[in-house]
Amino acid sequence: MNKIKILTNGFIKENPTLVLVLGTCPSLAVTTSIFNALGMGMATTFVLLMSNALISLLKNVIPDKVRIPSYILVIATFVSIVDLVIQGFVPALSASLGIFIPLIVVNCIVLGRAEAFASKNTVFDSMLDGIGMGIGFTIAITIIAFFRELLGSGTLFGQTIIPFDGILIFVLAPGAFIVFGFTIAAVRWLQNRNK
Amino acid sequence: MYYILMIIGAVLVNNIILAQFLGICPFLGVSNKISTAVGMGAAVVFVMTLATMVTSIINIYLLIPFNILFLQTIVFILVIAALVQMVEIILKKISPPLYQALGIFLPLITTNCAVLGVAILVTQKFPTSIFDSVIYTISIAVGFTLAIVIFAGIREQMDTVDIPKGMQGVPIALITAGILSLAFMGFAGLV
Repeated sequence: MNKIKILTNGFIKENPTLVLVLGTCPSLAVTTSIFNALGMGMATTFVLLMSNALISLLKNVIPDKVRIPSYILVIATFVSIVDLVIQGFVPALSASLGIFIPLIVVNCIVLGRAEAFASKNTVFDSMLDGIGMGIGFTIAITIIAFFRELLGSGTLFGQTIIPFDGILIFVLAPGAFIVFGFTIAAVRWLQNRNK
Repeated sequence: MYYILMIIGAVLVNNIILAQFLGICPFLGVSNKISTAVGMGAAVVFVMTLATMVTSIINIYLLIPFNILFLQTIVFILVIAALVQMVEIILKKISPPLYQALGIFLPLITTNCAVLGVAILVTQKFPTSIFDSVIYTISIAVGFTLAIVIFAGIREQMDTVDIPKGMQGVPIALITAGILSLAFMGFAGLV
């Protein structure tokens, strides 16, 4: 039961994007289409899983004073791996996410989980936490991308759903801020109603 | 003329926060008061310029000649983290008043994606010229300061307004940022 709780904690209750409001930059930038959002979500989940596992493994070896640079180094290593894999196997995704793949390094969610969870818990728990938080992040940005793609161009996964030209503003920068704002407000409303 | 267009483009048209979504965390986090926003802006101008200068030198004289560009992300983030620490120590020693003003913002900047983001962007945009990279970075940082100060001004006014409970805090801030970004889109086509 406890293990399930660790895993599902990141889904809704402590959703890193919609409740804790961490990692806002990629949530705004890559949510122009569901394809991009899912790609970004999977890349971040992989980095979270691997860095949480390795940091938890090394938690007794890393000296306390240099822990943040050490964490950053571990995270940067896995981000470079993901970057090269995406460039090699899914060049279309690499082109549309661009600079935001290397920027997973400075995504506060990854460093935040390393510091708050992986440095204090067992390897297995840390891996569960990494997967849970990664899935929570993926869910959140996919919801934002769903509305932006549907309203902005009338498509989902590139398939036409509503045959109209689309409201251009939702694809552009202002739409990202506005949809993200309303999504957070909706999640808060739902949480308060359940209390 | 080339540089004037570049500066206008970086400050107004492709504003780093409102059009490129970099540095959103400090934009939302330290924009409650105009004075703190100005301090953050100044710290970002300082660190970003220094960081890009160092990373573009490393990129041109180390990473490209030795053909190890795949190490770019790791090298850049370590250099930036070390640089911020160093700036903090040096400022403390040389100029205590400046340290007082910028001090609290410096640790925040290490995890600011704008600094790493710009360092990487610049290597793609100006792969060979350090001078162009630095000018471009300064204008981007000025754009960051402009956006965060305007936003802090709006948020100060918003304190007096009655906002529905669910919208308070981050949601209304994001929607305000969206409207501000809409306003900045008016500059599109200027360059």
